[in-house]
Amino acid sequence: MAKSAILKSSLAKKYWMALTGLFLCLFLVGHLAGNLQLIFSDALHFNEYALFMTTNPVVKLLSYLTYISILFHAVDGIMLTVQNRKARPIRYAKEDSSANSAWASRNMAVLGTLILVFIVTHMVNFWAVMHFDKNMPLQTIHITYQGQEMDMYVTTNDGKYIPTDLSNTGLEIRNHKEFYDAAANLKMAEGIKDLHKITFAFFKDAKYGLIATILYVIAMFVLAFHLLHGFASAFQSLGANNPKYNGLIKGFGKGFAIIVPLLFAIIPVYIHFFAK
Amino acid sequence: MASSKFININLKIWRQKNAKEKGKIETYRLDKVSTDSSFLEMLDQLNEQLVSERKEPVAFDHDCREGICGMCSLFINGRAHGPDTGITTCQLHMRMFKDNDTIFVEPWRSKAFPVVKDLVVDRSAFDRIQQAGGFVSVNTSGNTIDANATPVPKHDADRAFEAAACIGCGACVATCKNGSAMLFVGAKVSQYALLPQGKVEATQRVLNMVRQMDEEGFGNCTNTGACEVECPKGISLENIARMNREYLVASIK
Ligand code: HEM
Ligand code: SF4
Ligand code: FES
Repeated sequence: MAKSAILKSSLAKKYWMALTGLFLCLFLVGHLAGNLQLIFSDALHFNEYALFMTTNPVVKLLSYLTYISILFHAVDGIMLTVQNRKARPIRYAKEDSSANSAWASRNMAVLGTLILVFIVTHMVNFWAVMHFDKNMPLQTIHITYQGQEMDMYVTTNDGKYIPTDLSNTGLEIRNHKEFYDAAANLKMAEGIKDLHKITFAFFKDAKYGLIATILYVIAMFVLAFHLLHGFASAFQSLGANNPKYNGLIKGFGKGFAIIVPLLFAIIPVYIHFFAK
Repeated sequence: MASSKFININLKIWRQKNAKEKGKIETYRLDKVSTDSSFLEMLDQLNEQLVSERKEPVAFDHDCREGICGMCSLFINGRAHGPDTGITTCQLHMRMFKDNDTIFVEPWRSKAFPVVKDLVVDRSAFDRIQQAGGFVSVNTSGNTIDANATPVPKHDADRAFEAAACIGCGACVATCKNGSAMLFVGAKVSQYALLPQGKVEATQRVLNMVRQMDEEGFGNCTNTGACEVECPKGISLENIARMNREYLVASIK
Protein backbone atom coordinates (compact mmCIF):
# COMPACT_ATOMS: atom_id res chain seq x y z
CA MET A 1 0.00 0.00 0.00
CA ALA A 2 2.67 2.43 1.07
CA LYS A 3 4.77 1.43 -1.95
CA SER A 4 2.12 2.12 -4.56
CA ALA A 5 1.16 5.29 -2.70
CA ILE A 6 4.58 6.86 -3.17
CA LEU A 7 4.41 6.31 -6.94
CA LYS A 8 0.81 6.77 -7.94
CA SER A 9 -1.10 8.90 -5.48
CA SER A 10 -1.93 12.53 -6.14
CA LEU A 11 0.58 13.63 -3.53
CA ALA A 12 3.35 11.41 -4.88
CA LYS A 13 2.95 13.01 -8.31
CA LYS A 14 3.27 16.37 -6.61
CA TYR A 15 6.49 15.36 -4.86
CA TRP A 16 8.03 14.27 -8.17
CA MET A 17 6.90 17.49 -9.82
CA ALA A 18 8.55 19.51 -7.06
CA LEU A 19 11.77 17.47 -6.92
CA THR A 20 12.30 17.47 -10.68
CA GLY A 21 11.32 21.15 -10.84
CA LEU A 22 13.86 22.12 -8.21
CA PHE A 23 16.54 19.96 -9.82
CA LEU A 24 15.86 21.75 -13.10
CA CYS A 25 16.34 25.06 -11.26
CA LEU A 26 19.81 23.86 -10.25
CA PHE A 27 20.45 22.84 -13.85
CA LEU A 28 19.48 26.35 -14.97
CA VAL A 29 22.13 27.86 -12.69
CA GLY A 30 24.83 25.57 -14.08
CA HIS A 31 23.78 26.14 -17.66
CA LEU A 32 23.66 29.89 -17.12
CA ALA A 33 27.15 29.98 -15.65
CA GLY A 34 28.40 28.28 -18.82
CA ASN A 35 26.45 30.48 -21.21
CA LEU A 36 27.63 33.68 -19.56
CA GLN A 37 31.14 32.86 -20.83
CA LEU A 38 29.82 33.82 -24.26
CA ILE A 39 29.91 37.39 -22.94
CA PHE A 40 32.65 37.35 -20.33
CA SER A 41 35.17 34.96 -21.83
CA ASP A 42 36.76 34.28 -25.21
CA ALA A 43 35.93 31.70 -27.83
CA LEU A 44 38.69 29.32 -26.80
CA HIS A 45 37.68 29.21 -23.13
CA PHE A 46 34.03 28.84 -24.01
CA ASN A 47 34.77 25.92 -26.33
CA GLU A 48 37.02 24.25 -23.80
CA TYR A 49 34.19 24.56 -21.33
CA ALA A 50 31.73 23.08 -23.86
CA LEU A 51 34.15 20.19 -24.41
CA PHE A 52 34.36 19.62 -20.67
CA MET A 53 30.56 19.60 -20.43
CA THR A 54 30.23 16.93 -23.13
CA THR A 55 32.99 14.64 -21.89
CA ASN A 56 33.38 14.85 -18.11
CA PRO A 57 31.77 11.74 -16.54
CA VAL A 58 30.23 13.60 -13.59
CA VAL A 59 28.75 16.23 -15.89
CA LYS A 60 27.52 13.42 -18.16
CA LEU A 61 25.72 11.81 -15.25
CA LEU A 62 24.17 15.16 -14.33
CA SER A 63 23.09 15.73 -17.91
CA TYR A 64 21.34 12.34 -18.05
CA LEU A 65 19.61 13.25 -14.78
CA THR A 66 18.55 16.50 -16.42
CA TYR A 67 17.09 14.77 -19.51
CA ILE A 68 15.19 12.36 -17.25
CA SER A 69 13.97 15.20 -15.05
CA ILE A 70 12.65 17.19 -18.01
CA LEU A 71 10.86 14.12 -19.38
CA PHE A 72 9.46 13.12 -16.01
CA HIS A 73 8.45 16.68 -15.13
CA ALA A 74 6.71 17.17 -18.47
CA VAL A 75 4.92 13.80 -18.51
CA ASP A 76 3.90 14.07 -14.84
CA GLY A 77 2.79 17.68 -15.35
CA ILE A 78 0.64 16.79 -18.33
CA MET A 79 -0.87 13.79 -16.50
CA LEU A 80 -1.74 16.00 -13.53
CA THR A 81 -3.25 18.63 -15.78
CA VAL A 82 -5.42 16.07 -17.60
CA GLN A 83 -6.62 14.67 -14.25
CA ASN A 84 -7.35 18.15 -12.98
CA ARG A 85 -9.48 18.95 -15.99
CA LYS A 86 -11.40 15.71 -15.49
CA ALA A 87 -12.10 16.72 -11.91
CA ARG A 88 -14.38 19.45 -13.26
CA PRO A 89 -16.32 17.99 -16.21
CA ILE A 90 -18.74 20.94 -16.40
CA ARG A 91 -17.06 24.31 -16.31
CA TYR A 92 -18.47 27.46 -14.75
CA ALA A 93 -20.32 29.91 -16.97
CA LYS A 94 -18.66 32.74 -15.09
CA GLU A 95 -15.33 32.55 -13.31
CA ASP A 96 -13.49 35.34 -11.54
CA SER A 97 -10.20 33.56 -10.85
CA SER A 98 -8.09 36.70 -10.79
CA ALA A 99 -9.87 37.62 -7.54
CA ASN A 100 -8.18 34.80 -5.67
CA SER A 101 -5.07 33.60 -7.49
CA ALA A 102 -2.12 34.75 -9.60
CA TRP A 103 -2.13 34.31 -13.37
CA ALA A 104 1.10 32.30 -13.49
CA SER A 105 -0.19 29.85 -10.89
CA ARG A 106 -3.21 29.08 -13.07
CA ASN A 107 -1.23 28.62 -16.28
CA MET A 108 1.65 26.37 -15.30
CA ALA A 109 0.75 23.74 -17.89
CA VAL A 110 0.61 26.20 -20.78
CA LEU A 111 3.84 27.86 -19.64
CA GLY A 112 5.47 24.45 -19.17
CA THR A 113 4.42 23.24 -22.63
CA LEU A 114 5.89 26.38 -24.19
CA ILE A 115 9.12 25.74 -22.28
CA LEU A 116 9.12 22.18 -23.62
CA VAL A 117 8.79 23.48 -27.19
CA PHE A 118 11.65 25.86 -26.50
CA ILE A 119 13.84 23.12 -25.00
CA VAL A 120 13.31 20.88 -28.03
CA THR A 121 14.13 23.66 -30.54
CA HIS A 122 17.06 24.76 -28.44
CA MET A 123 18.45 21.22 -28.40
CA VAL A 124 18.02 20.86 -32.14
CA ASN A 125 19.82 24.17 -32.69
CA PHE A 126 22.80 23.59 -30.40
CA TRP A 127 22.91 20.29 -28.55
CA ALA A 128 22.32 18.13 -31.64
CA VAL A 129 24.80 20.16 -33.67
CA MET A 130 27.44 19.75 -30.98
CA HIS A 131 26.81 16.01 -30.72
CA PHE A 132 26.05 14.85 -34.22
CA ASP A 133 26.76 17.44 -36.91
CA LYS A 134 29.47 16.16 -39.26
CA ASN A 135 30.23 19.68 -40.46
CA MET A 136 30.76 21.13 -37.03
CA PRO A 137 33.73 23.51 -37.35
CA LEU A 138 36.78 23.04 -35.15
CA GLN A 139 38.31 25.76 -33.02
CA THR A 140 41.10 27.62 -34.78
CA ILE A 141 43.47 30.32 -33.69
CA HIS A 142 45.41 32.93 -35.67
CA ILE A 143 49.01 33.05 -34.55
CA THR A 144 52.48 33.98 -35.63
CA TYR A 145 54.54 30.81 -35.92
CA GLN A 146 58.19 30.84 -36.88
CA GLY A 147 57.76 34.36 -38.21
CA GLN A 148 54.75 33.39 -40.28
CA GLU A 149 51.16 34.38 -39.71
CA MET A 150 48.86 31.38 -39.94
CA ASP A 151 45.66 29.71 -38.73
CA MET A 152 46.04 26.70 -36.51
CA TYR A 153 43.60 24.17 -35.14
CA VAL A 154 43.51 24.10 -31.34
CA THR A 155 43.68 20.60 -29.93
CA THR A 156 42.73 19.09 -26.60
CA ASN A 157 46.39 18.14 -26.05
CA ASP A 158 47.73 21.09 -24.13
CA GLY A 159 49.42 23.70 -26.25
CA LYS A 160 49.46 21.61 -29.40
CA TYR A 161 48.38 23.41 -32.53
CA ILE A 162 47.95 21.93 -35.97
CA PRO A 163 47.96 24.07 -39.13
CA THR A 164 44.54 24.38 -40.70
CA ASP A 165 46.24 23.60 -43.96
CA LEU A 166 46.81 19.87 -43.47
CA SER A 167 48.36 19.32 -46.91
CA ASN A 168 52.01 19.14 -45.75
CA THR A 169 51.44 17.57 -42.37
CA GLY A 170 50.53 14.02 -43.32
CA LEU A 171 47.51 14.39 -41.05
CA GLU A 172 43.84 13.90 -41.82
CA ILE A 173 40.62 14.49 -39.88
CA ARG A 174 38.59 11.45 -38.93
CA ASN A 175 35.34 11.21 -36.94
CA HIS A 176 34.85 14.95 -37.50
CA LYS A 177 37.39 15.95 -34.86
CA GLU A 178 40.31 13.49 -34.65
CA PHE A 179 43.66 14.20 -36.31
CA TYR A 180 45.24 11.00 -37.61
CA ASP A 181 48.72 10.33 -38.92
CA ALA A 182 47.42 8.78 -42.10
CA ALA A 183 50.53 6.70 -42.85
CA ALA A 184 50.89 5.26 -39.36
CA ASN A 185 47.12 5.07 -38.78
CA LEU A 186 47.75 6.69 -35.43
CA LYS A 187 45.59 9.23 -33.61
CA MET A 188 47.79 12.28 -32.94
CA ALA A 189 45.38 14.76 -31.39
CA GLU A 190 41.79 15.80 -31.04
CA GLY A 191 40.32 19.12 -32.15
CA ILE A 192 37.92 21.22 -30.12
CA LYS A 193 34.49 21.79 -31.61
CA ASP A 194 33.75 25.46 -32.17
CA LEU A 195 30.36 25.86 -30.48
CA HIS A 196 31.17 29.53 -29.94
CA LYS A 197 31.23 30.11 -33.70
CA ILE A 198 27.97 28.20 -34.19
CA THR A 199 26.25 30.22 -31.46
CA PHE A 200 27.45 33.58 -32.76
CA ALA A 201 26.55 32.66 -36.32
CA PHE A 202 23.11 31.59 -35.15
CA PHE A 203 22.22 34.84 -33.42
CA LYS A 204 24.07 37.11 -35.86
CA ASP A 205 22.57 35.47 -38.95
CA ALA A 206 21.45 38.22 -41.32
CA LYS A 207 18.13 36.58 -42.06
CA TYR A 208 17.13 34.71 -38.90
CA GLY A 209 19.34 36.17 -36.18
CA LEU A 210 16.88 38.84 -35.10
CA ILE A 211 13.86 36.56 -34.97
CA ALA A 212 15.89 33.92 -33.12
CA THR A 213 16.92 36.52 -30.57
CA ILE A 214 13.34 37.71 -30.12
CA LEU A 215 12.00 34.16 -29.72
CA TYR A 216 14.71 33.38 -27.21
CA VAL A 217 13.82 36.43 -25.14
CA ILE A 218 10.13 35.49 -25.26
CA ALA A 219 10.98 31.98 -24.09
CA MET A 220 12.81 33.47 -21.12
CA PHE A 221 9.72 35.51 -20.22
CA VAL A 222 7.76 32.26 -20.26
CA LEU A 223 10.36 30.61 -18.03
CA ALA A 224 10.24 33.58 -15.66
CA PHE A 225 6.50 33.25 -15.20
CA HIS A 226 6.77 29.47 -14.73
CA LEU A 227 9.33 30.03 -11.98
CA LEU A 228 7.53 32.99 -10.44
CA HIS A 229 4.95 30.50 -9.24
CA GLY A 230 6.93 27.27 -9.47
CA PHE A 231 9.89 27.95 -7.22
CA ALA A 232 7.99 28.64 -3.99
CA SER A 233 5.26 26.20 -5.02
CA ALA A 234 7.72 23.32 -4.99
CA PHE A 235 8.50 23.97 -1.33
CA GLN A 236 4.81 23.91 -0.43
CA SER A 237 4.42 20.63 -2.37
CA LEU A 238 7.18 19.05 -0.33
CA GLY A 239 5.53 20.22 2.86
CA ALA A 240 7.90 23.06 3.66
CA ASN A 241 5.55 25.79 4.81
CA ASN A 242 6.61 27.59 7.93
CA PRO A 243 5.65 31.24 8.55
CA LYS A 244 9.20 31.80 9.77
CA TYR A 245 10.73 30.97 6.38
CA ASN A 246 7.91 31.53 3.88
CA GLY A 247 8.93 35.13 3.24
CA LEU A 248 12.48 34.04 2.56
CA ILE A 249 11.45 31.24 0.16
CA LYS A 250 8.99 33.45 -1.71
CA GLY A 251 11.45 36.34 -1.90
CA PHE A 252 14.29 34.16 -3.08
CA GLY A 253 11.95 32.44 -5.58
CA LYS A 254 10.87 35.78 -7.07
CA GLY A 255 14.48 36.93 -7.33
CA PHE A 256 15.51 33.63 -8.92
CA ALA A 257 12.56 33.73 -11.34
CA ILE A 258 13.52 37.20 -12.56
CA ILE A 259 17.32 37.19 -12.46
CA VAL A 260 18.05 33.78 -14.02
CA PRO A 261 15.87 34.20 -17.16
CA LEU A 262 17.02 37.82 -17.46
CA LEU A 263 20.70 36.82 -17.53
CA PHE A 264 19.93 34.05 -20.03
CA ALA A 265 18.09 36.55 -22.25
CA ILE A 266 20.86 39.14 -22.14
CA ILE A 267 23.27 36.74 -23.91
CA PRO A 268 21.60 36.49 -27.36
CA VAL A 269 20.69 40.18 -27.19
CA TYR A 270 24.35 40.97 -26.57
CA ILE A 271 25.49 38.67 -29.37
CA HIS A 272 22.99 39.95 -31.90
CA PHE A 273 23.29 43.66 -31.25
CA PHE A 274 26.65 44.30 -29.63
CA ALA A 275 29.19 41.55 -30.21
CA LYS A 276 31.67 41.74 -33.06
CA MET B 1 -32.66 51.24 8.69
CA ALA B 2 -31.65 54.54 7.28
CA SER B 3 -29.14 53.20 4.81
CA SER B 4 -31.37 50.46 3.42
CA LYS B 5 -32.47 50.73 -0.16
CA PHE B 6 -33.93 48.57 -2.85
CA ILE B 7 -32.30 47.33 -6.01
CA ASN B 8 -33.51 45.50 -9.10
CA ILE B 9 -31.35 42.65 -10.34
CA ASN B 10 -30.98 40.15 -13.16
CA LEU B 11 -30.25 36.61 -12.12
CA LYS B 12 -28.65 33.92 -14.24
CA ILE B 13 -29.26 30.70 -12.37
CA TRP B 14 -28.32 27.10 -13.16
CA ARG B 15 -31.51 25.02 -13.41
CA GLN B 16 -31.34 21.26 -13.56
CA LYS B 17 -34.32 18.97 -12.91
CA ASN B 18 -32.36 16.09 -11.43
CA ALA B 19 -29.00 14.36 -11.44
CA LYS B 20 -29.57 12.74 -14.84
CA GLU B 21 -30.95 15.54 -16.95
CA LYS B 22 -28.83 18.24 -18.53
CA GLY B 23 -29.20 21.64 -16.99
CA LYS B 24 -28.92 25.15 -18.31
CA ILE B 25 -28.70 28.76 -17.20
CA GLU B 26 -32.07 30.53 -16.88
CA THR B 27 -32.47 34.29 -16.59
CA TYR B 28 -34.77 35.90 -14.03
CA ARG B 29 -35.62 39.50 -13.21
CA LEU B 30 -36.14 40.27 -9.54
CA ASP B 31 -37.32 43.75 -8.49
CA LYS B 32 -37.31 45.49 -5.13
CA VAL B 33 -34.62 43.50 -3.39
CA SER B 34 -33.62 45.08 -0.08
CA THR B 35 -29.86 45.65 0.20
CA ASP B 36 -30.24 44.58 3.84
CA SER B 37 -31.42 41.13 2.87
CA SER B 38 -29.01 38.24 2.75
CA PHE B 39 -28.28 36.47 -0.51
CA LEU B 40 -30.38 33.50 0.57
CA GLU B 41 -33.28 35.78 1.54
CA MET B 42 -33.06 37.21 -1.95
CA LEU B 43 -33.35 33.65 -3.33
CA ASP B 44 -36.34 33.08 -1.01
CA GLN B 45 -37.89 36.18 -2.53
CA LEU B 46 -37.23 34.86 -6.03
CA ASN B 47 -38.80 31.52 -5.09
CA GLU B 48 -41.94 33.25 -3.79
CA GLN B 49 -42.15 35.06 -7.10
CA LEU B 50 -41.67 31.77 -9.00
CA VAL B 51 -44.29 29.97 -6.90
CA SER B 52 -46.77 32.78 -7.46
CA GLU B 53 -46.15 32.36 -11.20
CA ARG B 54 -46.74 28.59 -10.73
CA LYS B 55 -43.16 27.81 -11.64
CA GLU B 56 -40.75 25.41 -9.97
CA PRO B 57 -38.76 27.20 -7.22
CA VAL B 58 -34.96 27.09 -7.30
CA ALA B 59 -33.50 24.37 -5.07
CA PHE B 60 -30.49 25.42 -3.00
CA ASP B 61 -28.82 24.12 0.16
CA HIS B 62 -28.97 25.94 3.48
CA ASP B 63 -29.51 25.22 7.13
CA CYS B 64 -28.18 27.41 9.95
CA ARG B 65 -27.99 30.62 7.93
CA GLU B 66 -25.38 31.95 10.32
CA GLY B 67 -22.15 30.64 8.87
CA ILE B 68 -21.57 27.60 11.06
CA CYS B 69 -23.09 24.53 9.45
CA GLY B 70 -21.41 24.57 6.03
CA MET B 71 -24.59 23.66 4.20
CA CYS B 72 -24.97 26.68 1.92
CA SER B 73 -22.92 26.46 -1.25
CA LEU B 74 -23.24 28.83 -4.17
CA PHE B 75 -20.82 29.94 -6.85
CA ILE B 76 -21.83 33.56 -7.25
CA ASN B 77 -20.48 35.77 -10.03
CA GLY B 78 -17.50 33.53 -10.54
CA ARG B 79 -16.57 33.11 -6.87
CA ALA B 80 -17.33 30.53 -4.19
CA HIS B 81 -19.65 32.08 -1.56
CA GLY B 82 -19.75 35.24 -3.67
CA PRO B 83 -17.80 38.47 -3.94
CA ASP B 84 -16.45 38.73 -0.40
CA THR B 85 -13.92 36.79 1.65
CA GLY B 86 -14.20 35.01 4.97
CA ILE B 87 -17.94 34.39 4.69
CA THR B 88 -20.38 31.69 3.69
CA THR B 89 -23.13 32.34 1.17
CA CYS B 90 -25.68 32.78 3.97
CA GLN B 91 -23.51 35.60 5.34
CA LEU B 92 -23.37 37.40 2.00
CA HIS B 93 -25.58 40.47 1.80
CA MET B 94 -27.24 42.15 -1.12
CA ARG B 95 -25.45 45.41 -0.29
CA MET B 96 -22.48 43.86 -2.12
CA PHE B 97 -24.45 44.35 -5.36
CA LYS B 98 -25.62 47.36 -7.33
CA ASP B 99 -28.86 48.24 -9.02
CA ASN B 100 -29.29 46.41 -12.34
CA ASP B 101 -26.40 44.02 -11.67
CA THR B 102 -26.44 40.69 -13.44
CA ILE B 103 -25.63 37.93 -10.98
CA PHE B 104 -24.56 34.41 -12.01
CA VAL B 105 -25.53 31.68 -9.54
CA GLU B 106 -24.08 28.23 -10.19
CA PRO B 107 -23.66 25.04 -8.18
CA TRP B 108 -20.24 23.85 -6.96
CA ARG B 109 -18.64 22.26 -10.02
CA SER B 110 -16.74 19.09 -9.27
CA LYS B 111 -16.83 15.55 -10.58
CA ALA B 112 -16.94 14.44 -6.94
CA PHE B 113 -19.90 16.75 -6.14
CA PRO B 114 -22.62 15.70 -8.60
CA VAL B 115 -25.59 18.02 -8.94
CA VAL B 116 -28.72 16.65 -7.25
CA LYS B 117 -31.04 19.41 -8.40
CA ASP B 118 -30.54 23.02 -9.52
CA LEU B 119 -27.94 24.43 -7.11
CA VAL B 120 -27.88 21.46 -4.73
CA VAL B 121 -24.84 19.18 -4.94
CA ASP B 122 -24.05 15.90 -3.22
CA ARG B 123 -21.08 16.46 -0.93
CA SER B 124 -21.06 13.00 0.64
CA ALA B 125 -17.59 12.49 -0.89
CA PHE B 126 -16.37 14.60 2.04
CA ASP B 127 -18.14 12.28 4.49
CA ARG B 128 -16.46 9.25 2.95
CA ILE B 129 -13.03 10.92 3.24
CA GLN B 130 -13.78 11.68 6.88
CA GLN B 131 -14.90 8.11 7.48
CA ALA B 132 -11.68 6.81 5.94
CA GLY B 133 -9.60 8.24 8.78
CA GLY B 134 -10.88 11.50 10.22
CA PHE B 135 -11.37 10.22 13.76
CA VAL B 136 -9.52 8.89 16.79
CA SER B 137 -10.34 5.41 18.06
CA VAL B 138 -11.11 5.52 21.78
CA ASN B 139 -12.37 2.89 24.12
CA THR B 140 -15.61 4.23 25.61
CA SER B 141 -16.29 1.34 27.99
CA GLY B 142 -16.23 3.39 31.15
CA ASN B 143 -12.54 4.15 31.33
CA THR B 144 -12.24 7.27 29.20
CA ILE B 145 -9.61 9.75 30.33
CA ASP B 146 -10.43 13.39 30.81
CA ALA B 147 -9.19 15.22 27.70
CA ASN B 148 -7.43 17.84 29.80
CA ALA B 149 -5.37 15.15 31.55
CA THR B 150 -3.20 15.00 28.40
CA PRO B 151 -1.02 18.10 28.17
CA VAL B 152 -1.05 19.81 24.76
CA PRO B 153 1.29 22.69 23.89
CA LYS B 154 -0.74 25.87 23.43
CA HIS B 155 0.72 26.49 19.97
CA ASP B 156 -0.36 23.05 18.74
CA ALA B 157 -3.76 23.32 20.37
CA ASP B 158 -4.34 26.63 18.59
CA ARG B 159 -3.29 25.25 15.18
CA ALA B 160 -5.50 22.19 15.69
CA PHE B 161 -8.42 24.38 16.67
CA GLU B 162 -7.95 26.57 13.60
CA ALA B 163 -7.91 23.47 11.39
CA ALA B 164 -11.00 22.09 13.12
CA ALA B 165 -12.87 25.28 12.23
CA CYS B 166 -13.41 23.82 8.74
CA ILE B 167 -17.13 23.37 8.23
CA GLY B 168 -16.81 21.10 5.20
CA CYS B 169 -18.67 23.49 2.91
CA GLY B 170 -16.64 22.55 -0.19
CA ALA B 171 -15.86 26.10 -1.32
CA CYS B 172 -12.21 25.12 -1.59
CA VAL B 173 -13.07 22.44 -4.15
CA ALA B 174 -15.49 24.74 -5.95
CA THR B 175 -13.04 27.58 -6.35
CA CYS B 176 -9.97 25.48 -7.15
CA LYS B 177 -9.23 25.40 -10.88
CA ASN B 178 -8.25 21.75 -10.37
CA GLY B 179 -11.28 20.80 -8.27
CA SER B 180 -8.86 19.77 -5.55
CA ALA B 181 -10.05 18.92 -2.03
CA MET B 182 -6.64 19.31 -0.44
CA LEU B 183 -7.54 22.26 1.79
CA PHE B 184 -10.40 20.28 3.32
CA VAL B 185 -8.36 17.09 3.68
CA GLY B 186 -5.35 19.07 4.90
CA ALA B 187 -7.49 20.65 7.62
CA LYS B 188 -9.02 17.32 8.63
CA VAL B 189 -5.62 15.59 8.75
CA SER B 190 -4.11 18.49 10.69
CA GLN B 191 -6.76 18.78 13.37
CA TYR B 192 -5.79 15.29 14.57
CA ALA B 193 -2.13 15.15 13.60
CA LEU B 194 -1.34 18.11 15.84
CA LEU B 195 -2.80 16.54 18.98
CA PRO B 196 -1.31 13.71 21.06
CA GLN B 197 -4.55 11.75 20.83
CA GLY B 198 -4.42 11.89 17.05
CA LYS B 199 -0.73 11.08 16.63
CA VAL B 200 -1.31 7.42 17.51
CA GLU B 201 -3.10 6.69 14.24
CA ALA B 202 -1.49 9.45 12.18
CA THR B 203 0.24 7.19 9.65
CA GLN B 204 -2.80 5.18 8.61
CA ARG B 205 -5.06 8.22 8.80
CA VAL B 206 -3.23 10.31 6.22
CA LEU B 207 -2.70 7.36 3.87
CA ASN B 208 -6.37 6.37 4.02
CA MET B 209 -7.80 9.86 3.74
CA VAL B 210 -5.62 10.76 0.75
CA ARG B 211 -6.45 7.45 -0.93
CA GLN B 212 -10.17 8.10 -0.47
CA MET B 213 -9.74 11.68 -1.73
CA ASP B 214 -8.09 10.36 -4.91
CA GLU B 215 -10.76 7.69 -5.40
CA GLU B 216 -13.52 10.28 -5.20
CA GLY B 217 -12.07 11.99 -8.28
CA PHE B 218 -10.88 15.27 -6.81
CA GLY B 219 -8.07 17.02 -8.69
CA ASN B 220 -4.51 17.77 -7.62
CA CYS B 221 -3.44 20.91 -5.84
CA THR B 222 -1.15 23.22 -7.84
CA ASN B 223 -0.74 25.67 -4.98
CA THR B 224 -2.64 28.54 -6.59
CA GLY B 225 -3.91 29.51 -3.14
CA ALA B 226 -7.45 30.28 -4.35
CA CYS B 227 -8.97 27.98 -1.69
CA GLU B 228 -7.30 29.84 1.15
CA VAL B 229 -8.69 33.13 -0.15
CA GLU B 230 -12.25 31.86 -0.55
CA CYS B 231 -12.47 29.60 2.52
CA PRO B 232 -15.07 31.09 4.88
CA LYS B 233 -13.10 29.86 7.88
CA GLY B 234 -9.67 31.10 6.83
CA ILE B 235 -8.15 27.62 6.71
CA SER B 236 -4.47 28.14 5.84
CA LEU B 237 -2.36 26.50 3.12
CA GLU B 238 -0.09 25.44 5.98
CA ASN B 239 -2.55 22.61 6.50
CA ILE B 240 -1.96 21.30 2.98
CA ALA B 241 1.78 21.45 3.57
CA ARG B 242 1.31 19.58 6.84
CA MET B 243 -0.70 16.90 5.03
CA ASN B 244 2.07 16.69 2.39
CA ARG B 245 4.66 16.21 5.13
CA GLU B 246 2.58 13.66 7.01
CA TYR B 247 1.93 11.71 3.84
CA LEU B 248 5.57 11.78 2.74
CA VAL B 249 6.68 10.41 6.10
CA ALA B 250 3.82 7.89 6.25
CA SER B 251 4.44 6.50 2.79
CA ILE B 252 8.15 5.82 3.32
CA LYS B 253 7.56 4.26 6.76
C1 HEM C 1 13.86 24.33 -17.13
C2 HEM C 1 12.65 24.01 -17.18
C3 HEM C 1 11.67 23.93 -16.02
C4 HEM C 1 11.81 24.29 -14.70
C5 HEM C 1 13.02 24.87 -14.00
C6 HEM C 1 10.54 24.00 -14.06
C7 HEM C 1 10.28 24.21 -12.72
C8 HEM C 1 9.07 23.95 -12.12
C9 HEM C 1 8.82 24.05 -10.71
C10 HEM C 1 9.83 24.44 -9.64
C11 HEM C 1 7.50 23.73 -10.51
C12 HEM C 1 6.74 23.72 -9.20
C13 HEM C 1 6.49 22.30 -8.75
C14 HEM C 1 5.46 22.23 -7.68
O1 HEM C 1 4.53 23.04 -7.66
O2 HEM C 1 5.54 21.33 -6.85
C15 HEM C 1 6.93 23.44 -11.79
C16 HEM C 1 5.60 23.11 -11.98
C17 HEM C 1 5.07 22.71 -13.20
N1 HEM C 1 5.77 22.55 -14.39
FE1 HEM C 1 7.70 23.01 -14.67
N2 HEM C 1 9.66 23.49 -14.98
C18 HEM C 1 10.33 23.42 -16.19
C19 HEM C 1 9.83 22.92 -17.37
C20 HEM C 1 8.55 22.41 -17.55
C21 HEM C 1 8.12 21.74 -18.74
C22 HEM C 1 8.97 21.46 -19.97
C23 HEM C 1 6.82 21.42 -18.54
C24 HEM C 1 6.03 20.70 -19.61
C25 HEM C 1 4.81 20.45 -19.67
C26 HEM C 1 6.42 21.87 -17.21
C27 HEM C 1 5.17 21.76 -16.63
C28 HEM C 1 4.87 22.09 -15.34
C29 HEM C 1 3.55 22.00 -14.75
C30 HEM C 1 2.26 21.54 -15.45
C31 HEM C 1 3.68 22.40 -13.41
C32 HEM C 1 2.57 22.50 -12.38
C33 HEM C 1 2.43 21.15 -11.73
C34 HEM C 1 1.74 21.17 -10.42
O3 HEM C 1 1.85 22.14 -9.67
O4 HEM C 1 1.11 20.17 -10.13
N3 HEM C 1 7.52 22.47 -16.63
N4 HEM C 1 7.90 23.57 -12.76
S1 SF4 D 1 -11.40 24.19 4.06
FE1 SF4 D 1 -12.69 26.03 4.09
S2 SF4 D 1 -13.61 26.08 2.05
FE2 SF4 D 1 -12.82 23.99 2.34
S3 SF4 D 1 -14.52 22.83 3.15
FE3 SF4 D 1 -13.38 23.58 4.94
S4 SF4 D 1 -14.38 25.53 5.45
FE4 SF4 D 1 -15.08 25.02 3.39
S1 FES E 1 -26.41 27.90 5.92
FE1 FES E 1 -25.12 27.15 7.51
S2 FES E 1 -23.23 28.01 6.90
FE2 FES E 1 -24.56 28.90 5.46
